[in-house]
Amino acid sequence: MSEMKNPAHVTDSELVEPATVHADKRRSEFVETMLEAWRMGRTKIGIGIFAFIVGLAIFGPLFAPYTPTEFVAPPFTGPSSTAYLGTDYLGHDVLTRVLYGGRTVITLALAATVIGLALGVTLGLITGYARRWIDESIMRILDVVLAFPQIVLALLFVSIVGPKLWLIVLMVGISHAPRIARVSRAATLEVSQRDFVRAAEATGVSKLKILFYEILPNTTSPLLVEFGLRLTYSIGLIAALSFLGFGLQPPAADWGLMINENRIGITVQPWPVFMPVLLIGILTIGTNLIADGLGRALIGIERDTSGT
Amino acid sequence: MPPLLKLILIRLGLGVLTLFLVSLVVFLATQALPGDTARAILGKEAANKARYEALREQLGLNKSVPRQYIDWLGNVATGDLGNSLVQDEPVTELLGRRVANSAVLVIIAAALSIPLSLLFGSLSALKRDTKFDTSVSIGTLSLAALPEFVTGIGLILLFATAVFNWLPAVSRIDPDVPIINQLQLFVLPAITLTLAVAPYITRILRASMIEVLESEYVMMARLKGLPERLVLWRHALPNSLGPALQVTALNLAWLAGGVVVVEYLFGFPGIGQALVDAVANRDMPMVQAVCLIIAGVYVVANLAADIGTILVSPRLRTGLR
Repeated sequence: MSEMKNPAHVTDSELVEPATVHADKRRSEFVETMLEAWRMGRTKIGIGIFAFIVGLAIFGPLFAPYTPTEFVAPPFTGPSSTAYLGTDYLGHDVLTRVLYGGRTVITLALAATVIGLALGVTLGLITGYARRWIDESIMRILDVVLAFPQIVLALLFVSIVGPKLWLIVLMVGISHAPRIARVSRAATLEVSQRDFVRAAEATGVSKLKILFYEILPNTTSPLLVEFGLRLTYSIGLIAALSFLGFGLQPPAADWGLMINENRIGITVQPWPVFMPVLLIGILTIGTNLIADGLGRALIGIERDTSGT
Repeated sequence: MPPLLKLILIRLGLGVLTLFLVSLVVFLATQALPGDTARAILGKEAANKARYEALREQLGLNKSVPRQYIDWLGNVATGDLGNSLVQDEPVTELLGRRVANSAVLVIIAAALSIPLSLLFGSLSALKRDTKFDTSVSIGTLSLAALPEFVTGIGLILLFATAVFNWLPAVSRIDPDVPIINQLQLFVLPAITLTLAVAPYITRILRASMIEVLESEYVMMARLKGLPERLVLWRHALPNSLGPALQVTALNLAWLAGGVVVVEYLFGFPGIGQALVDAVANRDMPMVQAVCLIIAGVYVVANLAADIGTILVSPRLRTGLR
């Protein structure tokens, strides 16, 4: 969609902007996006949810009544005063495992998102600034990656290497890269037309410096939105891979794995399935609300500055 | 050559190129990675030199990699996807029934989600910034965030186990009974897929509808004083057909991947579950076949939508762009 945008309005607003103030402008646009997003109720709720779940994952184990692998009561015992949420398929305390099980999924999802962002932004900067055949050929290759649904791409490589955590993080990151690259490329294309980039080119600043010091800092707002969105999908994908049995392996306490291990007992003892599902669900809703708040703020600011 | 034909041919060529590269990725990932397929299959038994060499021979791993690829691609093109390493039967035979099951599931989910997303997408665009729009926005935002297995387990708990006991939690489809007689087994998987894909599509559609409604030609039609009904039907709608086609393609493409987790969750005998089983068992020919099918559906769906968009959207058809 963004490629269809009328290029006139971009240059219009840039013409009146003095080339020297770009540093101030970019800081203010970034801060403005944050402030504007913070004004929206959905962003506040999203941040609240995210902070709550991350807090639970980090500090939860301190409040766990047992250890995650301790035998507490017979398998699939319902809630009681010894185990508030009952026991799982091996007789472990469900509450304890829920409190321990969030760290892995959040850490792995963050790592995958960072990898995807680093890769995608690098590719986006190159394709957006290099153009011509470099742009064309890289985008074609990215199209091939896009032809695989993200989970299928991960499974394809798990089938040969085996269920390794580093592989899952890497593949989720790689599957994000083309999607992030598209956003980064569009932003790079726009920024590279601006006067301060032209000025830097004219004074002979190296291309690498232009990319990382002039262009990249001016594309941070859309990348921030991407980060939130991709984090949401990373959480879903990492948890799904664990749920399919290709993530963490028993006896690890992990939300995705817990669902897989305990779903045979769902009719007698739903808690070891329900709690991880609930927590993953609200975590993804939280991160998506933040991403949406940021996205809306960004669109609002772009609208204002382009005068429509 | 007329520009329209040229545009279509270019898209077609790019589609074929993408399919070709997809086959290369699938091949390289499963056959040519340092982790040798024969070793992967045999596991600890790979120490048995004779068996290991025999299997390498059988899999054609002794030949050069480009040679292997050409042989493999030739077989794929003629419909020979090799034998399953687990069941020792042709992959095409094992997958036939599963492809049909998954196709029915995807069609039901698409038939539910396309009208739903068109309806909610265009209504929110027309009633922009009203209470209706905001609640659709929050609702779709939340649903779009949820991973499929979260929605699916929620539905199982609600309709199959903990709350109500209306529907089966497991979809073991009997291959000897016609599908039409076991449609109740499709209900929960299809609703799960719909709830996963429709919100996402609704949001895209709302955005593109708003773009159409804010465009200069719609403004022009309004300024001419045309009745709103005419503006929508004659001016806005034809330009929304492109987005609608894109929606259908996105739906199909997304569902092709979405079936993996949903089928596994419901024990539904389709290609998604076949992929999970094959990955667990390291059944490489099966993995290759399912990945090719899923990526193929994705590429073809997008290609069809691209060409369809060129044909239906007035701006592109008349060659203004």
